[in-house]
Amino acid sequence: MTKPLVAIRTVSKNFGEFQALRGVSLDVWPGEVMCLIGASGSGKTTLLRCINQLAMIDSGGIWLDGELLGVREHGGKLHRLSEREIGRQRLKTGMVFQRFNLFPHKTALENITEGPTQVQGRKLDEVRTEALELLRRVGLAAKSDSYPAQLSGGQQQRVAIARALAMKPMLMLFDEPTSALDPELVGEVLAVMKELAKSGMTMMVVTHELGFAREVADRVVYMDQGAIVEQGRASDVLGAPREERTKAFLSAVI
Amino acid sequence: MKPAPALAEGFPDLSGMRIAREPHWFRWISAALIVLVLAAIVRAFANGQIEWSYVSRFLTVKAILEGIVNTMVMAVLAMMLGIFLGIVVAIMRLSPNPVLKTVAAGYTWLFRGTPLILQLLLWFNLALVFPTIGIPGLWSARAVDVMTPFLAALLGLGINQGAYTSEVMRAGMLSVDIGQYEAAQAIGMGRLRALRRIVLPQAMRVVIPPLGNEFIGMVKATSLASVIQYPELLHNAENIYYANSRVIELLIVAGLWYLLVVSILTPLQMLLERRFARGTLRLAR
Repeated sequence: MTKPLVAIRTVSKNFGEFQALRGVSLDVWPGEVMCLIGASGSGKTTLLRCINQLAMIDSGGIWLDGELLGVREHGGKLHRLSEREIGRQRLKTGMVFQRFNLFPHKTALENITEGPTQVQGRKLDEVRTEALELLRRVGLAAKSDSYPAQLSGGQQQRVAIARALAMKPMLMLFDEPTSALDPELVGEVLAVMKELAKSGMTMMVVTHELGFAREVADRVVYMDQGAIVEQGRASDVLGAPREERTKAFLSAVI
Repeated sequence: MKPAPALAEGFPDLSGMRIAREPHWFRWISAALIVLVLAAIVRAFANGQIEWSYVSRFLTVKAILEGIVNTMVMAVLAMMLGIFLGIVVAIMRLSPNPVLKTVAAGYTWLFRGTPLILQLLLWFNLALVFPTIGIPGLWSARAVDVMTPFLAALLGLGINQGAYTSEVMRAGMLSVDIGQYEAAQAIGMGRLRALRRIVLPQAMRVVIPPLGNEFIGMVKATSLASVIQYPELLHNAENIYYANSRVIELLIVAGLWYLLVVSILTPLQMLLERRFARGTLRLAR
Protein backbone atom coordinates (compact mmCIF):
# COMPACT_ATOMS: atom_id res chain seq x y z
CA MET A 1 0.00 0.00 0.00
CA THR A 2 1.32 3.43 -0.85
CA LYS A 3 1.89 5.95 1.85
CA PRO A 4 0.83 9.57 1.78
CA LEU A 5 3.61 11.96 0.71
CA VAL A 6 2.37 14.47 3.27
CA ALA A 7 0.62 13.45 6.47
CA ILE A 8 -0.73 16.31 8.57
CA ARG A 9 -2.04 15.37 12.02
CA THR A 10 -3.95 17.69 14.41
CA VAL A 11 -1.81 20.68 13.51
CA SER A 12 -2.47 23.95 15.33
CA LYS A 13 -0.81 27.30 14.79
CA ASN A 14 -1.48 30.58 16.56
CA PHE A 15 -0.30 34.08 15.76
CA GLY A 16 -0.69 35.72 19.16
CA GLU A 17 -4.41 35.55 19.95
CA PHE A 18 -5.34 34.54 16.42
CA GLN A 19 -5.84 30.81 15.80
CA ALA A 20 -4.66 30.30 12.23
CA LEU A 21 -4.94 26.50 12.28
CA ARG A 22 -7.13 24.47 14.68
CA GLY A 23 -6.23 20.77 14.70
CA VAL A 24 -5.98 20.25 10.97
CA SER A 25 -5.46 16.67 9.72
CA LEU A 26 -4.95 15.83 6.05
CA ASP A 27 -3.15 13.38 3.73
CA VAL A 28 -1.68 14.26 0.37
CA TRP A 29 -0.95 11.28 -1.86
CA PRO A 30 1.89 10.99 -4.37
CA GLY A 31 0.92 12.50 -7.71
CA GLU A 32 -2.14 14.19 -6.28
CA VAL A 33 -3.08 17.75 -7.21
CA MET A 34 -4.86 19.36 -4.30
CA CYS A 35 -6.45 22.80 -4.38
CA LEU A 36 -7.06 24.61 -1.11
CA ILE A 37 -9.82 27.19 -1.25
CA GLY A 38 -11.38 29.47 1.33
CA ALA A 39 -11.65 33.09 2.40
CA SER A 40 -8.53 35.01 3.38
CA GLY A 41 -7.61 34.22 6.98
CA SER A 42 -9.02 30.70 6.71
CA GLY A 43 -5.56 29.17 7.27
CA LYS A 44 -4.83 27.72 3.83
CA THR A 45 -1.68 29.79 3.26
CA THR A 46 -0.52 29.11 6.81
CA LEU A 47 -0.90 25.39 6.17
CA LEU A 48 1.42 25.62 3.16
CA ARG A 49 3.94 27.72 5.08
CA CYS A 50 3.96 25.13 7.87
CA ILE A 51 4.71 22.35 5.38
CA ASN A 52 7.87 24.07 4.16
CA GLN A 53 8.57 25.44 7.66
CA LEU A 54 8.49 29.14 6.90
CA ALA A 55 6.09 29.02 9.86
CA MET A 56 6.62 26.64 12.80
CA ILE A 57 3.58 24.73 14.05
CA ASP A 58 2.59 25.03 17.71
CA SER A 59 1.25 21.50 18.14
CA GLY A 60 0.58 18.36 16.15
CA GLY A 61 2.89 16.93 13.51
CA ILE A 62 3.60 17.00 9.79
CA TRP A 63 5.35 14.09 8.07
CA LEU A 64 6.83 14.59 4.61
CA ASP A 65 7.98 11.47 2.76
CA GLY A 66 7.72 9.62 6.09
CA GLU A 67 9.97 12.10 7.94
CA LEU A 68 8.69 14.22 10.83
CA LEU A 69 9.24 17.91 10.01
CA GLY A 70 11.03 20.45 12.19
CA VAL A 71 11.38 18.32 15.31
CA ARG A 72 12.84 15.02 16.51
CA GLU A 73 11.23 12.80 19.12
CA HIS A 74 13.65 11.80 21.83
CA GLY A 75 12.97 10.59 25.37
CA GLY A 76 9.29 11.45 25.24
CA LYS A 77 10.00 15.04 24.20
CA LEU A 78 10.20 16.93 20.93
CA HIS A 79 13.48 18.70 20.13
CA ARG A 80 13.73 21.35 17.45
CA LEU A 81 15.96 20.40 14.52
CA SER A 82 18.96 22.55 13.63
CA GLU A 83 18.68 25.14 10.89
CA ARG A 84 20.82 22.91 8.66
CA GLU A 85 18.46 19.94 9.03
CA ILE A 86 15.41 22.12 8.45
CA GLY A 87 17.10 23.41 5.29
CA ARG A 88 17.63 19.80 4.16
CA GLN A 89 13.94 19.01 4.76
CA ARG A 90 12.88 22.12 2.86
CA LEU A 91 14.65 20.83 -0.25
CA LYS A 92 11.91 18.23 -0.63
CA THR A 93 9.40 21.00 -1.25
CA GLY A 94 9.35 23.78 -3.81
CA MET A 95 7.48 26.99 -2.99
CA VAL A 96 5.91 29.49 -5.36
CA PHE A 97 4.92 32.74 -3.69
CA GLN A 98 2.04 35.08 -4.38
CA ARG A 99 4.46 37.96 -4.96
CA PHE A 100 7.04 35.86 -6.88
CA ASN A 101 10.01 36.88 -4.68
CA LEU A 102 12.51 36.50 -7.48
CA PHE A 103 15.98 37.76 -6.55
CA PRO A 104 16.01 41.18 -8.24
CA HIS A 105 19.80 41.38 -8.53
CA LYS A 106 20.06 38.14 -10.48
CA THR A 107 18.95 37.29 -14.03
CA ALA A 108 16.20 34.75 -14.72
CA LEU A 109 18.86 32.10 -15.31
CA GLU A 110 20.83 33.03 -12.20
CA ASN A 111 17.66 32.87 -10.11
CA ILE A 112 17.24 29.26 -11.20
CA THR A 113 20.89 28.19 -10.82
CA GLU A 114 21.34 29.85 -7.42
CA GLY A 115 19.83 27.03 -5.35
CA PRO A 116 21.37 24.02 -7.11
CA THR A 117 24.87 25.58 -7.15
CA GLN A 118 24.86 27.26 -3.73
CA VAL A 119 22.80 24.87 -1.64
CA GLN A 120 23.30 21.54 -3.38
CA GLY A 121 26.88 22.38 -4.41
CA ARG A 122 26.41 21.22 -7.98
CA LYS A 123 28.52 22.34 -10.97
CA LEU A 124 27.30 25.46 -12.75
CA ASP A 125 27.77 23.94 -16.24
CA GLU A 126 25.43 21.03 -15.68
CA VAL A 127 22.94 23.16 -13.69
CA ARG A 128 22.88 25.77 -16.44
CA THR A 129 21.83 23.18 -19.02
CA GLU A 130 18.99 22.04 -16.76
CA ALA A 131 17.99 25.63 -16.01
CA LEU A 132 17.77 26.50 -19.70
CA GLU A 133 15.63 23.41 -20.23
CA LEU A 134 13.35 24.53 -17.37
CA LEU A 135 13.09 28.02 -18.87
CA ARG A 136 12.14 26.44 -22.17
CA ARG A 137 9.52 24.36 -20.36
CA VAL A 138 7.89 27.48 -18.90
CA GLY A 139 8.13 29.20 -22.30
CA LEU A 140 10.85 31.71 -21.42
CA ALA A 141 13.92 30.37 -23.21
CA ALA A 142 14.51 33.80 -24.74
CA LYS A 143 14.45 35.60 -21.38
CA SER A 144 17.32 33.82 -19.62
CA ASP A 145 19.45 36.97 -19.34
CA SER A 146 16.63 39.32 -18.32
CA TYR A 147 16.42 40.71 -14.81
CA PRO A 148 13.10 40.30 -12.96
CA ALA A 149 12.32 44.01 -13.33
CA GLN A 150 12.44 43.54 -17.11
CA LEU A 151 9.81 40.77 -17.03
CA SER A 152 6.02 40.95 -16.75
CA GLY A 153 4.34 39.55 -13.64
CA GLY A 154 3.31 36.39 -15.47
CA GLN A 155 6.85 35.87 -16.76
CA GLN A 156 8.29 36.44 -13.29
CA GLN A 157 5.96 33.86 -11.80
CA ARG A 158 6.93 31.34 -14.46
CA VAL A 159 10.61 31.93 -13.65
CA ALA A 160 9.73 31.42 -9.98
CA ILE A 161 8.13 28.07 -10.84
CA ALA A 162 11.26 27.07 -12.77
CA ARG A 163 13.41 28.16 -9.81
CA ALA A 164 11.42 25.91 -7.47
CA LEU A 165 11.56 22.97 -9.93
CA ALA A 166 15.36 23.30 -10.27
CA MET A 167 15.73 21.86 -6.77
CA LYS A 168 13.91 18.70 -7.95
CA PRO A 169 11.29 18.80 -5.18
CA MET A 170 8.89 15.93 -4.41
CA LEU A 171 6.10 18.38 -3.62
CA MET A 172 5.28 21.77 -5.10
CA LEU A 173 3.51 24.34 -2.95
CA PHE A 174 1.74 27.24 -4.67
CA ASP A 175 0.60 30.14 -2.50
CA GLU A 176 -2.00 32.04 -4.53
CA PRO A 177 0.33 32.03 -7.55
CA THR A 178 -1.95 34.17 -9.72
CA SER A 179 -3.44 36.58 -7.18
CA ALA A 180 -0.88 39.33 -7.81
CA LEU A 181 -1.21 39.12 -11.59
CA ASP A 182 -3.12 41.24 -14.05
CA PRO A 183 -6.10 39.22 -15.34
CA GLU A 184 -4.65 38.79 -18.84
CA LEU A 185 -1.46 37.21 -17.39
CA VAL A 186 -3.18 34.58 -15.23
CA GLY A 187 -3.67 32.12 -18.08
CA GLU A 188 0.01 31.69 -18.95
CA VAL A 189 0.89 30.79 -15.33
CA LEU A 190 -2.04 28.37 -15.00
CA ALA A 191 -0.99 26.73 -18.27
CA VAL A 192 2.47 26.01 -16.85
CA MET A 193 0.87 24.61 -13.69
CA LYS A 194 -1.45 22.38 -15.71
CA GLU A 195 1.50 21.01 -17.66
CA LEU A 196 3.28 20.36 -14.37
CA ALA A 197 0.21 18.55 -12.97
CA LYS A 198 0.08 16.37 -16.07
CA SER A 199 3.72 15.41 -15.61
CA GLY A 200 2.72 13.75 -12.32
CA MET A 201 4.06 16.31 -9.83
CA THR A 202 2.40 16.30 -6.41
CA MET A 203 0.98 19.79 -5.92
CA MET A 204 -0.79 21.74 -3.20
CA VAL A 205 -2.27 24.90 -4.62
CA VAL A 206 -3.86 27.69 -2.59
CA THR A 207 -5.97 29.47 -5.14
CA HIS A 208 -9.03 31.53 -5.91
CA GLU A 209 -9.08 30.23 -9.50
CA LEU A 210 -12.04 27.85 -9.20
CA GLY A 211 -11.90 27.14 -12.92
CA PHE A 212 -8.37 25.83 -12.51
CA ALA A 213 -9.44 23.78 -9.49
CA ARG A 214 -12.34 22.26 -11.40
CA GLU A 215 -10.17 21.36 -14.36
CA VAL A 216 -6.94 20.17 -12.73
CA ALA A 217 -7.48 19.28 -9.07
CA ASP A 218 -7.87 15.67 -7.96
CA ARG A 219 -9.21 16.96 -4.67
CA VAL A 220 -10.53 20.31 -3.46
CA VAL A 221 -10.28 21.23 0.22
CA TYR A 222 -12.41 24.05 1.56
CA MET A 223 -11.08 25.68 4.74
CA ASP A 224 -12.71 28.17 7.08
CA GLN A 225 -11.48 29.64 10.37
CA GLY A 226 -8.42 27.41 10.54
CA ALA A 227 -10.22 24.12 9.95
CA ILE A 228 -11.13 21.88 7.00
CA VAL A 229 -14.87 22.19 6.41
CA GLU A 230 -15.32 20.03 3.36
CA GLN A 231 -13.16 18.09 0.91
CA GLY A 232 -13.62 15.80 -2.03
CA ARG A 233 -13.56 15.63 -5.81
CA ALA A 234 -13.63 19.04 -7.47
CA SER A 235 -16.95 18.32 -9.15
CA ASP A 236 -18.52 17.41 -5.78
CA VAL A 237 -17.14 20.22 -3.62
CA LEU A 238 -17.52 22.93 -6.25
CA GLY A 239 -20.55 21.51 -8.04
CA ALA A 240 -22.63 20.09 -5.20
CA PRO A 241 -21.29 21.31 -1.84
CA ARG A 242 -22.87 19.69 1.23
CA GLU A 243 -21.85 22.16 3.92
CA GLU A 244 -23.68 25.47 4.33
CA ARG A 245 -20.40 27.39 4.78
CA THR A 246 -19.03 25.96 1.51
CA LYS A 247 -22.20 26.95 -0.30
CA ALA A 248 -22.02 30.46 1.12
CA PHE A 249 -18.36 30.83 0.13
CA LEU A 250 -18.90 29.55 -3.39
CA SER A 251 -21.92 31.75 -4.02
CA ALA A 252 -19.92 34.74 -2.78
CA VAL A 253 -16.95 33.95 -5.05
CA ILE A 254 -18.72 33.06 -8.29
CA MET B 1 -18.78 54.16 -39.68
CA LYS B 2 -20.18 57.62 -38.96
CA PRO B 3 -18.10 60.60 -40.15
CA ALA B 4 -16.43 62.59 -37.31
CA PRO B 5 -18.59 65.57 -36.26
CA ALA B 6 -17.46 69.01 -37.48
CA LEU B 7 -15.10 70.79 -35.02
CA ALA B 8 -16.27 73.94 -33.24
CA GLU B 9 -15.01 77.35 -34.50
CA GLY B 10 -12.86 79.81 -32.53
CA PHE B 11 -9.91 77.59 -31.60
CA PRO B 12 -6.93 78.52 -33.83
CA ASP B 13 -4.27 76.04 -34.91
CA LEU B 14 -1.23 76.50 -32.65
CA SER B 15 0.99 73.91 -34.29
CA GLY B 16 4.19 75.47 -35.65
CA MET B 17 4.38 78.06 -32.83
CA ARG B 18 7.20 77.77 -30.31
CA ILE B 19 7.17 78.54 -26.58
CA ALA B 20 9.22 81.71 -26.07
CA ARG B 21 12.27 81.78 -23.77
CA GLU B 22 11.71 83.89 -20.66
CA PRO B 23 14.51 86.38 -19.90
CA HIS B 24 14.92 85.28 -16.21
CA TRP B 25 16.24 88.69 -15.07
CA PHE B 26 16.41 87.67 -11.43
CA ARG B 27 18.72 84.73 -12.16
CA TRP B 28 21.17 86.99 -14.01
CA ILE B 29 21.19 89.60 -11.23
CA SER B 30 21.64 87.08 -8.41
CA ALA B 31 24.43 85.28 -10.31
CA ALA B 32 26.22 88.59 -10.86
CA LEU B 33 25.93 89.46 -7.15
CA ILE B 34 27.38 86.10 -6.13
CA VAL B 35 30.32 86.54 -8.53
CA LEU B 36 30.98 89.99 -7.04
CA VAL B 37 30.97 88.64 -3.48
CA LEU B 38 33.31 85.79 -4.44
CA ALA B 39 35.65 88.24 -6.20
CA ALA B 40 35.72 90.40 -3.08
CA ILE B 41 36.62 87.39 -0.91
CA VAL B 42 39.39 86.31 -3.32
CA ARG B 43 40.72 89.88 -3.39
CA ALA B 44 40.70 90.08 0.39
CA PHE B 45 42.73 86.89 0.67
CA ALA B 46 45.08 87.93 -2.15
CA ASN B 47 45.87 91.20 -0.33
CA GLY B 48 45.83 89.65 3.14
CA GLN B 49 48.78 88.45 5.17
CA ILE B 50 49.20 85.29 3.14
CA GLU B 51 52.31 84.48 1.17
CA TRP B 52 50.80 82.55 -1.74
CA SER B 53 54.25 81.61 -2.96
CA TYR B 54 54.56 79.47 0.20
CA VAL B 55 51.32 77.70 -0.59
CA SER B 56 52.44 76.71 -4.07
CA ARG B 57 55.95 75.86 -2.86
CA PHE B 58 54.76 73.57 -0.04
CA LEU B 59 51.88 72.02 -1.99
CA THR B 60 54.15 69.30 -3.35
CA VAL B 61 56.99 68.96 -0.82
CA LYS B 62 57.90 65.45 0.25
CA ALA B 63 56.46 65.67 3.78
CA ILE B 64 53.07 66.81 2.48
CA LEU B 65 52.95 64.14 -0.23
CA GLU B 66 53.90 61.48 2.32
CA GLY B 67 51.22 62.89 4.60
CA ILE B 68 48.49 62.54 1.99
CA VAL B 69 49.62 58.98 1.21
CA ASN B 70 49.51 58.09 4.92
CA THR B 71 46.11 59.75 5.23
CA MET B 72 44.70 57.69 2.37
CA VAL B 73 46.30 54.44 3.54
CA MET B 74 44.84 54.95 7.01
CA ALA B 75 41.42 56.01 5.68
CA VAL B 76 41.15 52.95 3.41
CA LEU B 77 42.39 50.43 6.01
CA ALA B 78 40.30 51.87 8.84
CA MET B 79 37.23 51.96 6.60
CA MET B 80 37.78 48.32 5.59
CA LEU B 81 38.03 47.37 9.26
CA GLY B 82 34.94 49.48 9.96
CA ILE B 83 32.87 47.88 7.19
CA PHE B 84 33.95 44.38 8.25
CA LEU B 85 33.01 45.06 11.87
CA GLY B 86 29.86 46.84 10.75
CA ILE B 87 28.60 43.86 8.75
CA VAL B 88 29.42 41.39 11.53
CA VAL B 89 27.79 43.55 14.20
CA ALA B 90 24.70 44.24 12.06
CA ILE B 91 24.23 40.49 11.49
CA MET B 92 24.65 39.89 15.23
CA ARG B 93 22.13 42.64 15.95
CA LEU B 94 19.54 41.01 13.67
CA SER B 95 20.20 37.49 14.96
CA PRO B 96 17.59 35.73 17.10
CA ASN B 97 20.33 34.92 19.65
CA PRO B 98 19.95 37.30 22.66
CA VAL B 99 23.65 36.99 23.61
CA LEU B 100 24.85 38.12 20.19
CA LYS B 101 22.22 40.87 20.12
CA THR B 102 23.30 42.25 23.48
CA VAL B 103 27.02 42.14 22.63
CA ALA B 104 26.33 44.00 19.37
CA ALA B 105 24.19 46.65 21.05
CA GLY B 106 26.83 47.10 23.78
CA TYR B 107 29.60 47.58 21.21
CA THR B 108 27.63 50.24 19.36
CA TRP B 109 26.71 51.96 22.62
CA LEU B 110 30.31 52.10 23.87
CA PHE B 111 32.07 53.25 20.71
CA ARG B 112 29.42 55.70 19.56
CA GLY B 113 29.07 57.05 23.07
CA THR B 114 32.63 58.35 23.53
CA PRO B 115 34.56 60.92 21.47
CA LEU B 116 36.80 59.52 18.74
CA ILE B 117 39.78 61.58 19.87
CA LEU B 118 39.45 60.09 23.36
CA GLN B 119 39.39 56.56 21.91
CA LEU B 120 42.52 57.31 19.87
CA LEU B 121 44.33 58.57 22.98
CA LEU B 122 43.23 55.49 24.94
CA TRP B 123 44.54 53.07 22.29
CA PHE B 124 47.79 54.99 21.99
CA ASN B 125 48.31 54.97 25.77
CA LEU B 126 47.28 51.36 26.25
CA ALA B 127 50.78 50.67 27.56
CA LEU B 128 49.88 52.60 30.71
CA VAL B 129 47.24 49.96 31.48
CA PHE B 130 48.96 46.84 30.15
CA PRO B 131 52.76 47.23 30.12
CA THR B 132 53.08 43.90 28.31
CA ILE B 133 50.54 42.29 26.04
CA GLY B 134 50.38 38.87 24.41
CA ILE B 135 49.04 35.35 24.65
CA PRO B 136 50.20 33.70 27.91
CA GLY B 137 52.90 31.10 27.22
CA LEU B 138 52.97 31.74 23.49
CA TRP B 139 54.00 35.26 22.75
CA SER B 140 54.34 38.56 24.56
CA ALA B 141 55.73 41.99 23.86
CA ARG B 142 56.00 45.40 25.43
CA ALA B 143 52.83 47.35 24.69
CA VAL B 144 54.80 50.50 23.78
CA ASP B 145 56.51 48.57 20.98
CA VAL B 146 53.30 47.04 19.64
CA MET B 147 50.99 50.03 19.94
CA THR B 148 52.62 52.24 17.31
CA PRO B 149 50.83 55.40 16.18
CA PHE B 150 49.82 53.48 13.06
CA LEU B 151 48.21 50.60 14.95
CA ALA B 152 46.59 52.90 17.52
CA ALA B 153 45.10 55.05 14.75
CA LEU B 154 43.90 52.00 12.81
CA LEU B 155 42.22 50.43 15.84
CA GLY B 156 40.79 53.71 17.09
CA LEU B 157 39.37 54.83 13.73
CA GLY B 158 38.33 51.39 12.50
CA ILE B 159 36.57 50.20 15.63
CA ASN B 160 34.79 53.52 16.03
CA GLN B 161 33.75 53.41 12.38
CA GLY B 162 32.43 49.87 12.85
CA ALA B 163 29.91 51.13 15.40
CA TYR B 164 28.49 53.66 12.94
CA THR B 165 28.71 51.36 9.91
CA SER B 166 26.81 48.60 11.74
CA GLU B 167 23.77 50.86 11.90
CA VAL B 168 24.08 51.75 8.21
CA MET B 169 24.34 48.03 7.36
CA ARG B 170 21.42 47.14 9.61
CA ALA B 171 19.27 49.76 7.89
CA GLY B 172 20.27 48.31 4.52
CA MET B 173 19.39 44.76 5.52
CA LEU B 174 16.04 45.86 6.97
CA SER B 175 15.26 47.56 3.66
CA VAL B 176 15.30 44.20 1.82
CA ASP B 177 11.84 42.67 1.48
CA ILE B 178 11.07 39.82 3.90
CA GLY B 179 9.94 37.77 0.89
CA GLN B 180 13.59 37.62 -0.20
CA TYR B 181 14.58 35.79 3.00
CA GLU B 182 11.64 33.44 2.54
CA ALA B 183 12.46 32.71 -1.09
CA ALA B 184 16.08 32.01 -0.09
CA GLN B 185 14.92 29.69 2.70
CA ALA B 186 12.49 27.98 0.35
CA ILE B 187 15.39 26.88 -1.88
CA GLY B 188 17.12 25.50 1.22
CA MET B 189 19.49 28.31 2.16
CA GLY B 190 20.49 28.81 5.79
CA ARG B 191 20.33 32.23 7.45
CA LEU B 192 23.95 33.19 6.82
CA ARG B 193 24.02 32.04 3.21
CA ALA B 194 20.77 33.88 2.52
CA LEU B 195 22.31 37.02 4.04
CA ARG B 196 25.53 36.71 2.02
CA ARG B 197 24.08 35.71 -1.36
CA ILE B 198 20.66 37.37 -1.41
CA VAL B 199 20.18 40.05 1.23
CA LEU B 200 23.57 41.80 1.47
CA PRO B 201 23.97 42.33 -2.30
CA GLN B 202 20.58 44.04 -2.34
CA ALA B 203 21.33 45.97 0.84
CA MET B 204 24.56 47.30 -0.72
CA ARG B 205 22.58 49.38 -3.19
CA VAL B 206 20.94 51.18 -0.30
CA VAL B 207 24.02 51.53 1.91
CA ILE B 208 26.51 52.88 -0.65
CA PRO B 209 25.38 56.53 -0.47
CA PRO B 210 25.63 56.64 3.36
CA LEU B 211 28.88 54.62 3.26
CA GLY B 212 30.29 57.15 0.78
CA ASN B 213 29.42 59.81 3.34
CA GLU B 214 31.12 57.80 6.08
CA PHE B 215 34.26 57.30 3.97
CA ILE B 216 34.54 61.02 3.24
CA GLY B 217 34.13 61.57 6.96
CA MET B 218 36.86 59.00 7.58
CA VAL B 219 39.35 60.76 5.25
CA LYS B 220 38.99 63.88 7.36
CA ALA B 221 38.75 62.02 10.69
CA THR B 222 42.28 60.66 10.10
CA SER B 223 43.46 64.21 10.88
CA LEU B 224 42.58 63.46 14.52
CA ALA B 225 45.37 60.87 14.48
CA SER B 226 47.79 63.82 14.42
CA VAL B 227 47.36 63.96 18.21
CA ILE B 228 48.93 60.50 18.53
CA GLN B 229 51.86 61.31 16.21
CA TYR B 230 50.59 59.41 13.18
CA PRO B 231 52.31 61.21 10.25
CA GLU B 232 49.21 61.98 8.22
CA LEU B 233 48.60 65.13 6.19
CA LEU B 234 47.61 67.56 8.94
CA HIS B 235 50.31 66.29 11.30
CA ASN B 236 53.01 66.85 8.68
CA ALA B 237 51.64 70.28 7.77
CA GLU B 238 51.74 71.24 11.45
CA ASN B 239 55.34 70.05 11.77
CA ILE B 240 56.31 72.30 8.89
CA TYR B 241 54.62 75.39 10.31
CA TYR B 242 56.11 74.76 13.75
CA ALA B 243 59.45 75.23 11.96
CA ASN B 244 58.68 78.13 9.60
CA SER B 245 55.65 79.81 11.26
CA ARG B 246 53.69 79.88 7.95
CA VAL B 247 50.58 78.60 9.76
CA ILE B 248 47.81 79.73 7.40
CA GLU B 249 49.76 78.87 4.25
CA LEU B 250 50.28 75.27 5.36
CA LEU B 251 46.70 74.89 6.58
CA ILE B 252 45.59 76.01 3.12
CA VAL B 253 47.94 73.43 1.57
CA ALA B 254 46.37 70.69 3.71
CA GLY B 255 42.86 71.97 2.96
CA LEU B 256 43.49 71.93 -0.79
CA TRP B 257 44.65 68.31 -0.62
CA TYR B 258 41.62 67.19 1.42
CA LEU B 259 39.34 68.94 -1.10
CA LEU B 260 41.10 67.26 -4.02
CA VAL B 261 40.81 63.79 -2.49
CA VAL B 262 37.12 64.22 -1.67
CA SER B 263 36.46 65.56 -5.18
CA ILE B 264 37.96 62.37 -6.65
CA LEU B 265 35.96 60.13 -4.32
CA THR B 266 32.53 61.40 -5.36
CA PRO B 267 32.61 60.06 -8.95
CA LEU B 268 34.12 56.81 -7.65
CA GLN B 269 31.06 56.39 -5.46
CA MET B 270 28.81 56.82 -8.48
CA LEU B 271 30.67 54.03 -10.28
CA LEU B 272 30.13 51.73 -7.28
CA GLU B 273 26.44 52.63 -7.14
CA ARG B 274 26.05 51.67 -10.78
CA ARG B 275 27.76 48.32 -10.08
CA PHE B 276 25.28 47.46 -7.34
CA ALA B 277 22.22 48.78 -9.15
CA ARG B 278 22.14 45.56 -11.22
CA GLY B 279 18.60 44.58 -12.09
CA THR B 280 16.96 47.70 -10.66
CA LEU B 281 16.66 49.59 -13.94
CA ARG B 282 14.18 48.12 -16.36
CA LEU B 283 16.20 48.71 -19.49
CA ALA B 284 19.72 48.70 -18.05
CA ARG B 285 21.85 46.00 -19.54
